[in-house]
This record gives sequence, structure tokens and C-alpha cells, in this order.
Amino acid sequence: MADTIDRTALQQFLLRMGDNTLILGHRVSEWCGHAPVLEEDIALANTALDLIGQTQLWLDYAAEVEGAGRSADDLAFLRDVWDFRNVLLVELPNGDFGQTLMRQFLYDAWASIMLGRLQKSADERVREIAEKAAKENAYHVERSADTVVGLGDGTEESHRRMQAALDYLYPYVGELFESDATDAAMVEAGVAPDPAGLREDYDALVGRVMADATLRLPEKAYVHRGGRSGTMHTEHLGHLLCTMQWLQRAYPGCRW
Amino acid sequence: MSSVNPSAYPDTDSDAAPPRKEWPLWEIFIRGQHGMSHRHVGSLHAPDSEMAIKNARDVYTRRNEGVSIWAVESRHIAATVPSEKGPMFEPSESKVYRHPTFYDIPDEVGHM
Repeated sequence: MADTIDRTALQQFLLRMGDNTLILGHRVSEWCGHAPVLEEDIALANTALDLIGQTQLWLDYAAEVEGAGRSADDLAFLRDVWDFRNVLLVELPNGDFGQTLMRQFLYDAWASIMLGRLQKSADERVREIAEKAAKENAYHVERSADTVVGLGDGTEESHRRMQAALDYLYPYVGELFESDATDAAMVEAGVAPDPAGLREDYDALVGRVMADATLRLPEKAYVHRGGRSGTMHTEHLGHLLCTMQWLQRAYPGCRW
Repeated sequence: MSSVNPSAYPDTDSDAAPPRKEWPLWEIFIRGQHGMSHRHVGSLHAPDSEMAIKNARDVYTRRNEGVSIWAVESRHIAATVPSEKGPMFEPSESKVYRHPTFYDIPDEVGHM
């Protein structure tokens, strides 16, 4: 499969998938030991680990397609900001617990639709990764949706915080549905769907959950972009990488 | 004096207690991969039964321990009173004949 298509485009697509899960997984792991209650702490750690596990699969394949002798670990720990292809949404700071769960839901909702489509990919490897990730994601999206509803339709304070989180994060949602030449190549090869085509299902799902949560979706939100194309990340990604990569940077090749 | 405590955790009974900020306590039972019965594995806090099941999934089955989860709000569990242990359990200590160890089981019966 991979031999007959544009390998650069395929590698970019795989980086986009893997960098999303890597950066979000790292962000969620920052809650470890800090969540408001023990049960949520463990649940968030489980989610982070699932995402890092998915990263391993995506970046393993990305490294293979690249064929430059790099491993998934090299891609995760030895690239700098400008080489990351995650959407801006996942690199944004955690904020409070509500903002973290709002970001999680906005991502999970997209992933649930994307992974569903990828299970019909013409690329067997992509199909297999999507099948495994979809099971984990089905639980993530149920949990994050429940929490968004619980907090949105909760106390006056929790509602206010969730509305503020939605207002802050929603302008970053649009980037998930941008299409470029890489996406066109993936559609052409039958590897992945056109991101723009996922928007309708996404709006239906997010609209339903926000209605249950008594939250108002911002109208005509500005779209922050630049993450998945790599043209411009937010200032936050560099700080995240400093923490995530320091050990491999300080002690190159260190293993334990 | 009763030897049965109708609510093992009376302070979590929402009917009597004033509104609280703590989530109620739940007892979690898990049916293992090969076991027939659900076994008590521990307790956790959750705002409602759905979240109790989800939290139980995250806290107690992350190493593939189970195929089924029960969650029961702790206040619904009736329990024996520790101070009544004597009258409740000591009388059976001296009745060894209640153990089925005085019979020879024929080999052809197999595992019982």
C-alpha cells in the first residue's frame, strides 16, 4: 500500500495523528497527582496512557514510512517545535480541571469520528491502529462528555467555568477540519477521509452534548491554525517540549 | 441491642445528613475473568451510579481484572456490628461436626 502512494504525505498524515495523541497525552499526564479527587486522578492517568500508547503505534508507522532510520522515540523526543504537526488545541495549557475536560471532549469527539472513518482505510496498518484506538476513545469520549455535562449543568461556578473554557477553546476547533494537499493525497489514496467532511457529524455530537450541558457554543468563532501544517505553534508547545524532552536532551540515548 | 447495623455507614445517609460537598461512597464488586461471583474489591467516591461504574473501571480494572462491575452505595449496605461479634459468630466455633470432613468421599464422585 505505502509503496504506491506519496510517502511524504503519508508520513505527514501519520505525524499529525501521532503528534495529536502525544501532545494531548503529555498534557493530560500533567494532572497526575494533582487532580481534584483520587478517582479522577487515576482516570486521567489512564487516558494519558491510552493516548501515549496510540502515539507509539502512529509514530512507529511514521518512522517506518519515513525510512530514515529514526524510531518513534526519536520522533517524540528529538524533534523541535517546528517539526510537530499536532493541532493547536491539544498543546494549550490545562487551565482548571473543567478546561482540561472541555479540551478533552472537543478532541475526543473529533477522534471518535475520525477513528471511525479510518477503520475503513485502504491502508491495513492505519485500519489496525484505528480499530485499537477507537475502543479506547469510545470510553474517553463517554467519560469526557459526561463530565462536561455534569460540570456545565452543575453549580453556578462550574457552569461559569465550563462556559469560559468553551469560549476559550472553541476557536481552536476549526483547525481539526482544515484540508490541504496532504489531506488530498490521503483521500486520493483512500487512506484517510477529508477532514472537512467530518464537520457535520462533529457539530451534531458537540451540539447535543453542549445542549445537555446548558452551554452556549460561540458563534462564528475565529479559527486559530498553524499546528497541523507546522507553520506556527503557540508559545505553549516549546515549554511542553522542554519538560517532555529534557531527559533525552540532557542525557542523549539514555535508557532505563 | 441489635446485632445488625441497618446502615454500615450512617454518616453518608443523605436523608438525615445536611447537604455535603463530598460525593457519596460506593462499594465496588468485580467479577473476575474466571470467577463466577462478584467480589468486593474496595470503595470509591462518585457523584452518581454511572460515574461510580466509570470510576470503578478506571480504579479497579486497569490491569484487566474484570468482566463485570457492580457498584452499591455504601449506605445501602447492612452490616453486623463489630461489638456483637461474640454472640454472632462464637457459637459456631465449637461445632466442628458442621464441617463435612467426617465423610469418606468415593473417588468416582470426583471433584466436589
